[in-house]
Amino acid sequence: MPDAVDIRGLTVERGGRTVIDGLDLTIPTGVVTGLVGPSGCGKTTLIRAVAGVQVVRSGVVTVLGEPAGSATTRRRVGYVTQAGSIYPDLTTAQNLRYFAAVHRLAPDQVDEVLRAVDLTEVRDREVRHLSGGQRTRVSLAAALVAEPDLYLLDEPTVGLDPVLRRDLWQMFAELAGRGATLLVSTHVMDEADHCDRVLLMRQGRVIADDTPTGLREATGTDDIEAAFLALVGGAR
Amino acid sequence: MIATVATARRVLHQLRHDPRSAGLLVLMPSVLLALFHWVYAEQPWVFERVGPQMLGLFPFILMFLITSVTMVRERLSGTLERLLTTPLARGELIGGYALGFGLVAVVQAAVSSAVAIWLLDLGVDRPWEALLFAFVGSAVGIALGLLTSAFARTEFQAVQFMPLTTFPQLLVCGLLVPVDRMPEPLQWFATVLPLTYVTDAFGSLALGEGFAERVGDLLVLSAFAVAALSVASLTLRRRTP
Ligand SMILES: Nc1ncnc2c1ncn2[C@@H]1O[C@H](COP(=O)(O)OP(=O)(O)OP(=O)(O)O)[C@@H](O)[C@H]1O
Ligand SMILES: [Mg+2]
Repeated sequence: MPDAVDIRGLTVERGGRTVIDGLDLTIPTGVVTGLVGPSGCGKTTLIRAVAGVQVVRSGVVTVLGEPAGSATTRRRVGYVTQAGSIYPDLTTAQNLRYFAAVHRLAPDQVDEVLRAVDLTEVRDREVRHLSGGQRTRVSLAAALVAEPDLYLLDEPTVGLDPVLRRDLWQMFAELAGRGATLLVSTHVMDEADHCDRVLLMRQGRVIADDTPTGLREATGTDDIEAAFLALVGGAR
Repeated sequence: MIATVATARRVLHQLRHDPRSAGLLVLMPSVLLALFHWVYAEQPWVFERVGPQMLGLFPFILMFLITSVTMVRERLSGTLERLLTTPLARGELIGGYALGFGLVAVVQAAVSSAVAIWLLDLGVDRPWEALLFAFVGSAVGIALGLLTSAFARTEFQAVQFMPLTTFPQLLVCGLLVPVDRMPEPLQWFATVLPLTYVTDAFGSLALGEGFAERVGDLLVLSAFAVAALSVASLTLRRRTP
């Protein structure tokens, strides 16, 4: 199967600084890929480039066989931004119906999606009256209603309790099981264990690209955080 | 088309969840008109002359304001960036805004025209035309609001664009002094500003002239609205730094 995302020589400048420098990367189809790294390393910038909303200096980003951001890929990509970008002055259901409509879909899925992210109770409440964790899930649900082939999830588990986090990672695995591709960023390194593949990122470079097990074995460590520290130490 | 209508509905839903703003938007012009009527109680001819033109100004100014603030909010909250990663076309987004706020403008114009004509005895004997021109004026306001929102980084800046863009228009549009009695350079200036045509149309309505006298205004205003909406949709960049 062709890769879902193919990045060649990507260079991005933001605020006069080079944030991503000559990155080559592929993201395989039908698996959960974790994008892990410290704050400011360029995770959001990379995801924005794949979503086709980042001005790039040079390089080619191909998403589902088309240039990133093209009209065809936009139908098949679901981007959940880091700051839950949903409408606080609409109810949960109104938000989801709107995002379904911009994807030209009937709002049939809304109730099913609300069940999947455990938001049925707050269906008709305005989002501004919801808790931070609930808002995060509304934002995620707004991507789920469109049933995209590629999910770009920027820190979707921040601020959630352990039970919910586990449930969400389970849901990500199920989505991948049904053929979707997921790129999920997090700066909680141990969450990488839920992923099929892990990209460790540091200062705009991907310093490791492996399975969680492979990563631990290669660095002789017990967890991903130790593996990251070992790699950073080695790079010094 | 589905996405345009959905966007218009979304904008209206948002407004419904903010009943205070919605109420202000619809009722404030009527209250201001009544106040104006009262202030000139001793000189009713002033209200007779300026009142109709004010009927056309309110939709323009208010729609300019709410559109630019809403759009800046959409940019800052990240929802715009998200929408631009969906199949939603930029024209559909802008069209949805114009449709949603345009409907609000019609309601507002209907309320303020009814108040002006039946409660305040303003001499406008073609209420439907007053509505039509209020709508076209608001469409230009919406279009200019969308356009200026591209240059505002914060909601505060967006609000400050209001005096910048509307005060000069208020001064030269013919409301205070008829355009043909202003110095010549100001007359040229007035001809490139949309509010001049709104004022002209409402002035002509008040005089009881036939529709033929206002066809030109209607065409110019429609052209303004279409041009500003097109430029506004060009300022919506899918990729940002
Ligand atoms: N709008 C912007 N303008 C200029 N520079 C920016 C902008 N956004 C981010 N940067 C810079 O780009 C670099 C990468 O930022 P990015 O948001 O991609 O990091 P991140 O890995 O997502 O961090 P976090 O985990 O905190 O979300 C940082 O050095 C940041 O300061
Ligand atoms: Mg980030």
